[in-house]
Parts: sequence; C-alpha cells; structure tokens
Amino acid sequence: MNKKNKEALFNPLSKDNPVLVQILGICSTLAVTVSLKPAIVMSISVIAVLAFSNVIISLIRNTIPTTIRIIVQLVVVAALVIIVQQILVAYNYEVSKQLSVFIGLIITNCILMGRLEAFALNNRPWPSFLDGIGNGLGYGMILVIVGFFRELLGSGTLLGYQVIPQWCYDHGYENNGLMILPPMALITCACIIWVHRARNTELQEN
Amino acid sequence: MNKNSNSYQILYSAIMVVLVGAVLALIYMSLKPKQDENIANDTRNQILSALHIVAPSEAEIPATYEKYVTQDLLVDHEGNVVDSTKNCAFDVEMSKNIKLAEADRQLPVLKCTLDDGSVKYVIPIYGAGLWGPIWGYVAVNDDGETIYGANFSHQGETPGLGARITEESFQKQYEQKHLYKEGVFKCVSVMKKGQTPTDGSDYVDAISGATITSRGVGTMMQQCMAPYDPFFKKLQSVTE
Repeated sequence: MNKKNKEALFNPLSKDNPVLVQILGICSTLAVTVSLKPAIVMSISVIAVLAFSNVIISLIRNTIPTTIRIIVQLVVVAALVIIVQQILVAYNYEVSKQLSVFIGLIITNCILMGRLEAFALNNRPWPSFLDGIGNGLGYGMILVIVGFFRELLGSGTLLGYQVIPQWCYDHGYENNGLMILPPMALITCACIIWVHRARNTELQEN
Repeated sequence: MNKNSNSYQILYSAIMVVLVGAVLALIYMSLKPKQDENIANDTRNQILSALHIVAPSEAEIPATYEKYVTQDLLVDHEGNVVDSTKNCAFDVEMSKNIKLAEADRQLPVLKCTLDDGSVKYVIPIYGAGLWGPIWGYVAVNDDGETIYGANFSHQGETPGLGARITEESFQKQYEQKHLYKEGVFKCVSVMKKGQTPTDGSDYVDAISGATITSRGVGTMMQQCMAPYDPFFKKLQSVTE
C-alpha cells in the first residue's frame, strides 16, 4: 500500500476525523447513541454505504455530466441506503426497529456527500474504497465511544447487559437520566473533541 | 462525446433511474417474504407479552403463539361473533379498522388458553402518541371485567420519556385493573401521580415528563375498548 492510500485510510481516524475535525455527521451522532448496539449497527451501515458509494461513483466518474453530478451521487447513495434498510428489516428486525428513521437519514449524512465530492470524483476506485472505509471507521469510532458512555451512565448497561452491580443501586446510586437525552451526546462529543485537540496541538485554532 | 449536452444528460439520467429502479425492485421482492415474517413475529411476540408469556427463543415464537392463541374471533358492535376463521383477527389492520364507522367495524379478539386452562381475550388497540402511532394488546380475563396484562409499542416516542410505555414497570400497573365500575364501562384512566379520576374509574400513574404519550395511551384504551362493551357484557353474563 503506497503512502497516498495509507493516508486515505488512516487520516480520517484521527487527524482528519469527519466528526471531530470536519464536524460532519453530528445529527446522527446525537440520535443513535443512546445505547451501544444501534451505534454499532449504524457505524457498520455507514461504513458499507460510504465505501460502496465511493467505489461506484469513482467507477463512473468519467461518465458523469458535471452539471448533474450531485443528483447522480444522491441516487447512488439513496439506492445503497434502501438496500441496507431492506436487509436490516429482513435479517435484524429488532435493530431496524430501533434505528427506524435514522437508517434513511444516512442519505443526508454530510460525510457521504462530502467524501463523494471531495474524493471519489477525482480518484480511482481502490483509493476511494479505502477513503470510504477510513471515514466510515472514523465516524463509527466516535459513535461507539459516545454510545459507550451514554449507555453506561444513562442505563447502567452495555449492549443490554447490566454492568453496574445491584449493590450500587442499593447504596443510592441512580442512573443519570440526562445521559439518555440528546444534549448529553453533544456534550460527550465536545469532551472527545477537547481531549483530541489537547493531544493534537496542530489542530488548535489561534 | 460532449458530456454536457442536453441529450447526453437526459439519456444518462434515464438509464441510471431505470437501472437503479430495477435493482431495488429485485432486492425488495426477494427479501419481502422474510420481512413479512419478521413483522408478523414481532406482533405475535407483543401479543404473547400481554399474556405474560415469553417464547423460549425467537425461532419458537410462531409455535408458542399457535399453542396459546387458540381461536381468532371477529365480533360486531352488538357483541356477536361474525367470523372465527384462522387468523381472521390477527390479520386485521388496526390503523384502518379504527377509522371505520362503529356499525361497520368488525372487532378483532384473540381467544387464548393458558397453561392453567384459564381463558383470556386479547384485544388489539391503536392510537396516537406524541410523534407517531402507538399501539398495544390488552389481555382481558374471561370475566370480561378485569385486565390480565397489557403490552404497548410505539413507532417513535421520545427515548427515556414516552418510549417508556414499552417498559414493564408501566405495563404492570394495568394488571387486575377493572374496566367496569358497578356495571358501567369506565376503562382505565392514566393520571398524573397523586391525582384520581373524577368518574371513579380505575387508574394508573402516567410517566412523568411524557404527558402527551401517557394521555395518548389512556385515550387509545378508552376509544378502542369501548366498542367491545357488548362483548364484555356477554362474557360477564356467562360467568355470573
């Protein structure tokens, strides 16, 4: 793997993270991170849609008329998202019920259009695929971290299993109801950005 | 070739749309049977939970359902049974059914027999929450008067607030509540903690912070159960 491909795959994980640095895809970060399981399924779905839409757009990039390229991108993304949704309803009904509208909203996830415009339209399929995987992973990573803290502190469980032992509750510990509400996703996300910028000083604005 | 000419663009879009449409239709058709099965199983599972029955595994839901739900009934607004073919009540679409005029409605009832031989009648209910539809299943004892169990679901109520109608702590309150007071149908009200209904009906505590969803549950129960009054009365006269 040459240097450029490596950058396409690994940069979005930290230095060029879509959520932390480009501040894209925040809306779904708020919506699906109440517990860990939907956050993981959402991450996998976005990685799949992002990687394949990048590849498809990259394959047909030389045939797309520039004036209607956004429409072509939307059609490709929408088709892939519908496929993901149909597969979830058929094979993982519980999760599809939990994610409900959010799968459909992958279409409007800014990361997708951003990557298609910025990368897939100018690059060959293989680097585009890596770029899609990288950005999807970067997004999913944040989703899982936020979901982890929100489920742990908000419900005392992880992936549905009780983690905080009963004696804590017996001694007056209470689940933090605020963690379940959307504002805490923003605050958790901001804390991650804080830690991230503190470690990567070159990202700090003056 | 000029990629920005009108004819190229129109041709390009047309081919793209036809291709994508064909692929999606193909996928939809091939997955449809599996999806329908999942949705039906989910409904069966909700009906079983209203009866406090937990299927041993997801795969055994249909078998468990068949075992306990012994007969499907459709009753008219006078409480007469008009249809009792298999799955005639299970297949009723409640969202459409509640919109019909009372005299035209055929009310679905699922007759269930539990392990101890007792007979329960499960009534599907359907109404509106804050953001979208809410629905549920209420199991009534064969005395036609008390509730055995209830199960509620929703499409998109607020997690942590309205969505808590699906939690056991809320649903458990309905057990052994009386639908009738001195022979008059009163249903079960949903009241703010500390308040009591003025009409003397039985009541459960609303979920704090989810006033509209809680009220929705109360209204849904009232509206969907009231037409069954003649049917319940018949049950009561049999047991007396």
